[in-house]
Amino acid sequence: MEVTINNIRKEFDRFPALNDVSLKIASGELIALLGPSGSGKTTLLRLIAGLDFPTAGKIFFGEEDASHHSVQERNVGFVFQHYALFRHMTVAENIGFGLKVRPASTRPAKAEIRRRVLELLDMVQLGGLEKRYPNQLSGGQRQRVALARAMAIEPRILLLDEPFGALDAKVRKELRRWLREFHDRTGHTTVFVTHDQEEALELADRVVVMSQGRIEQVGSADDVYDRPGSPFVFSFIGESSQLPVEVKEGAVLFQGQPIGISEPAGGVGELFFRPEDVALVDAPDALFGKVTACRRLAGTRIAEIDIANDGHAPYHVEIEVPLHAPIELGSEARFRPTRWKVFRK
Amino acid sequence: MPDPLRTASGRSRAFRNPADEGLGAKIILILLALAFLGFFLVLPLVSVFVEAFRKGWMEYYEALVEPDAAASIHLTLMVAAIAVPLNLVFGLCASWAIAKFEFKGKAFLITLIDLPFSISPVISGLVYVLLFGSGSLLGPLLKSWGIEILFAVPGIVLATVFVTFPFVARELIPLMEDQGTGDEEAALSLGASGWQTFWYVTLPNIKWGLLYGVLLCNARAMGEFGAVSVVSGRIRGVTTTMPLHVEILYNEYNMVAAFAVASLLTFLALVTLALKTLLELRFGAGNAGGRH
Repeated sequence: MEVTINNIRKEFDRFPALNDVSLKIASGELIALLGPSGSGKTTLLRLIAGLDFPTAGKIFFGEEDASHHSVQERNVGFVFQHYALFRHMTVAENIGFGLKVRPASTRPAKAEIRRRVLELLDMVQLGGLEKRYPNQLSGGQRQRVALARAMAIEPRILLLDEPFGALDAKVRKELRRWLREFHDRTGHTTVFVTHDQEEALELADRVVVMSQGRIEQVGSADDVYDRPGSPFVFSFIGESSQLPVEVKEGAVLFQGQPIGISEPAGGVGELFFRPEDVALVDAPDALFGKVTACRRLAGTRIAEIDIANDGHAPYHVEIEVPLHAPIELGSEARFRPTRWKVFRK
Repeated sequence: MPDPLRTASGRSRAFRNPADEGLGAKIILILLALAFLGFFLVLPLVSVFVEAFRKGWMEYYEALVEPDAAASIHLTLMVAAIAVPLNLVFGLCASWAIAKFEFKGKAFLITLIDLPFSISPVISGLVYVLLFGSGSLLGPLLKSWGIEILFAVPGIVLATVFVTFPFVARELIPLMEDQGTGDEEAALSLGASGWQTFWYVTLPNIKWGLLYGVLLCNARAMGEFGAVSVVSGRIRGVTTTMPLHVEILYNEYNMVAAFAVASLLTFLALVTLALKTLLELRFGAGNAGGRH
């Protein structure tokens, strides 16, 4: 099911939680809504589900305008952050709930419901646990029961709110891979919310980076990591350093001095670069500062460098250096970004 | 080398939990508590039953089947049977509204629900006298339609409903607030209607708390004296509930009869307490049906 979100605005007590958000989700896609808390990602997910309604704007399911449809009419599978399993029902009753509450005309027979429940349990690899209660399951098992329950109603799209948030690191990694396989097998259009960039980048076909109620960038993992579209995306995804610069006649100037890199357009802006996109140089036109810390990171070394700032607090920059680079604590390091981006103000 | 655990006198000082007390202090505290409990709780309870059975089973039985006493028992049960279901519904509605929705004046509503707890029951009764008395606007009007409120059963029910209003709501509000709306949203997203959600999800989640509130509400409804006393007019055998009847008998120095009715009321209270304890065990057990 293709989902189109057109100029959505959502206010809570006049405070805009979402501001003019538009997004097109292709059928069968696995999409991550990624952002810090308060960025509006969960609000957007709830609007798609129909658990909240937009102040302005429209949501289409395929060609159908679903903006004013209730959550029941939308027929979406929603997996809640803390699963919201019904604690007084067994696993089987939980999964069968969506079928049991259907109006008599479309409700499957009891035996058919049971068959479907067992089939779903097998699909989420929890066969044999149908008589357990939610509090007798581990976090990962509850997560999968919640997913099976959402899938039981044959939803048009699957929505997951922080699906791995409440799990420990190991289970989280396993489930992540498992969810990807599950998606590839069932082919459901899936949207999940996360604040964990690693999760979003690894799992999703496309990542929607959100901040302060707006979409900052939509793209593949490569897009948002290698070609960040805004200062926010650059600093939010992966490690990065930033310095205030000025571009004059094609040259980037830091504190009025050229640093050996060039930019086409002029003006004052902010220079962003990643720790791994830096080369140590022995030239006068480069960035330089005092090495304040040096730590080993797997196959490389990370150096923390303070660049003097005229009596103000120094600029703090992190660069990745080869293991045997002549970097010593307290000495001066000279370097240039090899890949960078200047966002003009 | 001197043992650091030995004091100058050479006596061993065992490690002791700093929050723990010595044996002497423990005994004194326990005795104090037992004495207090015995004097203020057990002694009165025992004396009620002792007084009731002072002249034997026959007298006891006759005191209870005497027409006025029987009428008071009947009236008490009827009032409770009306007031408790009403407050069950009111309490459920109020706590639903408070716990699941955000609206202006919520804090005020919570305070208002507590009002019957904070004002004297006599005042609660007087309010209805003022509302429905002969000097009020409503009283004569209703009377002209043949509806008696004051000094009749409706007044007693009203006063009882008022006094027992907070029990169910007070019990449910924290419970429902704690549970949030997650389960309800899940049910709705699975296609359940509002009623189905209430019936299959909300109600099972709160059933023990609800039952507990109803028990407390019932205990108070049967035992209420002040408010009922003011609105009932104490027409013997007609508007006297059990507590009122006990007082009348007592004032007539009819000790055995007074204590017989009192013992019945006490017995009902004890049953309520026993049920409540059972429920608490159920709550605490944390099984699938209970709270978490």
